Amino acid sequence: MTVHPPPVALLCELTHRCPLRCAYCSNPLALEGASDELSTGEWMNLLDQAADLGVLQVHFSGGEPTVRQDLAELVAHAAGRGLYTNLITSGVLLGAPQIMALAEAGLEHVQLGLPDCEEEGSTFITGFKGGFARKMTTAQAVRDAGLALTVNAVITRHNAARLPRMIEMAVDLGARRLEVANVQYYGWGLKNRAALMPSPDQLKAMTPIVQEARERLKGVLVIDYVIPDYYAKRPKSCMGGWGQQFVNVTPSGTVLPCHAAETIPHLSFDSLRERTLRDIWEHGMAFAAYRGDHWMPSTCKSCDRKEIDWGGCRCQALALAGDAAAIDPTCVESPYHATIRALAEAEAEAGSDAITYRSFTLPRTA
Amino acid sequence: MTGRVLIADDSVPRLAPHVRLRYDEARSRWAVLAPERMLLPDDIAVEVLQRLDGQRTLAAIIDLLAQEFQAERAEVRGDVIDLLQDLSDKGFVTA
Repeated sequence: MTVHPPPVALLCELTHRCPLRCAYCSNPLALEGASDELSTGEWMNLLDQAADLGVLQVHFSGGEPTVRQDLAELVAHAAGRGLYTNLITSGVLLGAPQIMALAEAGLEHVQLGLPDCEEEGSTFITGFKGGFARKMTTAQAVRDAGLALTVNAVITRHNAARLPRMIEMAVDLGARRLEVANVQYYGWGLKNRAALMPSPDQLKAMTPIVQEARERLKGVLVIDYVIPDYYAKRPKSCMGGWGQQFVNVTPSGTVLPCHAAETIPHLSFDSLRERTLRDIWEHGMAFAAYRGDHWMPSTCKSCDRKEIDWGGCRCQALALAGDAAAIDPTCVESPYHATIRALAEAEAEAGSDAITYRSFTLPRTA
Repeated sequence: MTGRVLIADDSVPRLAPHVRLRYDEARSRWAVLAPERMLLPDDIAVEVLQRLDGQRTLAAIIDLLAQEFQAERAEVRGDVIDLLQDLSDKGFVTA
């Protein structure tokens, strides 16, 4: 068996703990508790293994990664190994001194989640009062510490109309990069899809707003635009291809090809507590399962976009087409393509506001 | 808010803060690392980026490259400005 090239990026889900309860959280419904989390030493060991393997970028995420008291220590360790470090945060727990400490530890970049450009909408989505003002303070402190700032504006049908204001807010906050990111429907986001999905008309209005802003803000703000899969014609290149570039580690050290991979029940996942990162990447069952094209249906195998989108998303194929090896239903070639678009339209039209907020104990569903 | 940077002969172009040019040992190639983005510069771009030291002006960088590669200065100038303006618009380079 040929040895696969190493991953470029490592995402460390340091913890699933988070003061926010966001409706669109991409964490799994079954969250891992604090007592199972890897220790400081175990995370450092992983960072060493990642650097040795050939990883270039490390993302510290969660949950809310700043819950971990050892975050600056881990950043320093990663930076010391030449890894490019990125913090993905809600910003609600960070004070200026902590941000300065992270910058001194060698942090390069902060991605700050922005659920809305106003308090009310922000509270509605995150289930956390007072978070909006704290995010604003954090953005300023990030800039004051000399760190690069990306604003991740998460778009739902509730805030879609305020996109122009969210773009201006990113500029005012001093971000050089903005993600206009329609919710990706995984984890809690999938559970709350009906309460979040924008309408086709909302989506149609977004595109020219982004295009105009890109042109006007050229050289000032780079805007990445992610449309909701359900309205796409072709699937996204999920994770840059399964097991091609990206590796995700859960709080307890389970190594995943993507953050949602555990939703595929027939896969078995390995732990850093039992195997090395290199061994799992090169030989782990879950990574081999959908790497490359051996698993693809003939439609995908013969498609000239095969090595562009790598067949899209396996978790979505399972969730929407009932088979993780099916054509990604967001692709026009899928027999489910029209069905899922109709589903999205119907959910947007129905306009339910019933959100199941993220929690460690999953509420009983009727 | 700062406006768009236009790369000109008297500019002093440099990598933007938190953008790093590094040699990727595992893959034997150069990489430009930036917030949640990565570029794989071609050989010519690597030569240009290695000469951005935060001191030299664009004109000096062009002189240096034209001399080292024994190339037509006007041609080098056009290529270097195109490259750096594009990288500046994408947030990788500042001046």
